[in-house]
Amino acid sequence: MIEVLYFAWVRERIGLPREKVETAAATVAELVEELRAREERYQAAFADLTSLRVALDQELASFDAPLKGVREVAFFPPMTGG
Amino acid sequence: MRIAVQSAAFDLGAEVSAFTAGVRGSGAVVSFTGLVRDEGGTLSGMEIEHYPGMTEKAIRGIAEEAVRRWALCDALVIHRYGKLAPGEAIMMVATAAPHRADAFAAAEYLMDYLKSRAPFWKKELGAGGEAWVAAKDADEDALKRW
Repeated sequence: MIEVLYFAWVRERIGLPREKVETAAATVAELVEELRAREERYQAAFADLTSLRVALDQELASFDAPLKGVREVAFFPPMTGG
Repeated sequence: MRIAVQSAAFDLGAEVSAFTAGVRGSGAVVSFTGLVRDEGGTLSGMEIEHYPGMTEKAIRGIAEEAVRRWALCDALVIHRYGKLAPGEAIMMVATAAPHRADAFAAAEYLMDYLKSRAPFWKKELGAGGEAWVAAKDADEDALKRW
């Protein structure tokens, strides 16, 4: 079981700030494929991965990163701080 | 080094004074403050979302790198989240170093990294509705100079 968090317009498109996901995905990309297959709103949120960033246990990571041992995955648009 | 992520407003003068009082021995203090623009009166405010937990860690990592690179005496970062009105301060950084060149460079480094490596997302609120602020390629390019 993995905790999946969504921020900004990703959260708005999916309609949830976070959810627990049962998955056997080996990588972030595989998890994205599983989520996309669920419903249209996930498809809409994950339509263009180049406009998304991912963090694994609160550290920025890439979409080909392995999920083994990861407890928290977060998806969000490029950050706009400062 | 103090890192604060908060919804409450901060007192810029008091923060800079307290920071400066704590860095005796340094020769230069630089501070930068970012404000909510009103974009010619078209914006009624801004809403800032962040990733509690990751935000503090990411900022601390950025600030520690700045302290290490420029041998700073100290650094301060305050960043707000939630709803802010035009003119309100969103965030501030302060750096203290023996000489001004290092304090200025470190403050710019902090700003460049906070912009695209700290998990904040800004949404502009206006009469015409609301819109997430898109990250600019220039913000990503700004990291290359470091």
